[in-house]
Amino acid sequence: MSPSISLTLNGEARDIALDDPRVTLLDLLRERLALPGTKKGCDRGQCGACTVLVNGRRVNSCLTLALTLDGAEITTIEGLAADGTLHPVQEAFIENDAFQCGYCTPGQIMSAVGLIAEGRAGDDPERIREGMSGNICRCVAYHGITLAVQDATRSMTPLKKEDAA
Amino acid sequence: MKRFDFIQPATIEDALAAWEPGAVWLGGGTNIVDLMKTGAMQPDKVIDITRLPGLSEIETLPDGAIRIGSLVRNSDLADHPQIARHAPMVAEALLAGASGQLRNAATVGGNLMQRTRCAYFQDPTAACNRRAPGTGCDAAQAGDGMAILGWSEACIATNPSDFCVPLAALDAVVEVQGPEGAREIPVAAFHLLPGDTPDRETDLAPGELIIGVRLPAEATGFAANARYLKVRDRTSYAFAMTSAAAALRLEDGRIAEARLALGAVAAKPWRATEAEALLAGQAPDDALFDRAAEAALAGAAPSGGNAWKIDLARRTTARSLRMAAAGTPAEMPALPASPFGHSAEDHAHA
Repeated sequence: MSPSISLTLNGEARDIALDDPRVTLLDLLRERLALPGTKKGCDRGQCGACTVLVNGRRVNSCLTLALTLDGAEITTIEGLAADGTLHPVQEAFIENDAFQCGYCTPGQIMSAVGLIAEGRAGDDPERIREGMSGNICRCVAYHGITLAVQDATRSMTPLKKEDAA
Repeated sequence: MKRFDFIQPATIEDALAAWEPGAVWLGGGTNIVDLMKTGAMQPDKVIDITRLPGLSEIETLPDGAIRIGSLVRNSDLADHPQIARHAPMVAEALLAGASGQLRNAATVGGNLMQRTRCAYFQDPTAACNRRAPGTGCDAAQAGDGMAILGWSEACIATNPSDFCVPLAALDAVVEVQGPEGAREIPVAAFHLLPGDTPDRETDLAPGELIIGVRLPAEATGFAANARYLKVRDRTSYAFAMTSAAAALRLEDGRIAEARLALGAVAAKPWRATEAEALLAGQAPDDALFDRAAEAALAGAAPSGGNAWKIDLARRTTARSLRMAAAGTPAEMPALPASPFGHSAEDHAHA
């Protein structure tokens, strides 16, 4: 009998049988669950293209063995736009032209969502660049990416204050 | 990747009982899964320890020591208020390492166990006495970024950890459990110099499991003047070429006690006790820090075309002491551990 895991994937409960313990979260998403939005770049934790949220925290899905994730809550780029409305980070990436070829973009966006949730950078461009350094963009769209994260942070912060009030 | 058995024990006792030769402990997986993909590591059995209870806490003990569970993630440790307040250079070193994603996964125990970044160790087709004893050392022909202290003919690899450098400086202790029971290993004695047996990387016995790291109460006495400085090829998301953790306990304008350790220069974090002795009792100034840096590197020797690294380590050490003397910043710098900071104390000595 294959081992199996249960997880919540983009808000939906899933039971997944795994016949091979070597399957990473990245390969599980792309090759077994038809979610190719998460990209495979280096497959070694060096480029960030595979970034997803596990229990709300950004991680490299290429270095995460799927079998370790029983009970986890996973969010991928496909799960970010609630009810067809783009997430503020997605809006900001379009607004600021924060990509060229687009291959690294799902990872950049998921990493930015994670960074903003961490509250580490605020809208300080130096802290944003440092916080986003785990995501490589070979088209060098870094300037636009930094602006997009700044914009998204500003647009999301007042919402948080309203929630708290 | 070679196929392996995967188990997920629920208790420490079950985990220890499950260990056998050819097994590895899996924490965050950021290093081990990478090395399994390249083939540099080929375990028969992977024991996922992330479900073990009681290893994810950070607590202050009655005597003032800070105990950190081995499964605490690097990012959670760096952000913990007790660490920021009482051991700021530990937080700075953690935030200078890897990326946000990797820090969210990587654990305390895994950081202690991380393997060298030597390209020949990572390449299973290369000769490497550390990975495959007796095969030789292809790095000896290239050797540019390699060790300058404590290396041997058998191996010139360095330990890449940032976190372990301030831990060594602060006399941190590794708490271990194994088939023979519990014991403690000082961080400074945890990693082994290569000698003729570079494949023996740590003092851990087969089947022993790291359960925590403890910062002794005295470590918190350095919080006001403690910095980690890391010099690398690019400002973020790169391993150190050289690094230094410097901490001073100042009393009445003099250095009552100094702590100093260097990173990326040897197979272990390199505690510079001679330099510490030279600093004790003195009034801090640049000339003193230069002499301390000389003392720290007195035993250094190039292991290839890397004489430059001795000079770089010397300057990194002196600068880390100047930064520590200027005081721990009230807020974590935007670029942790970077020589390219924008704070006043960095500019004062630029």
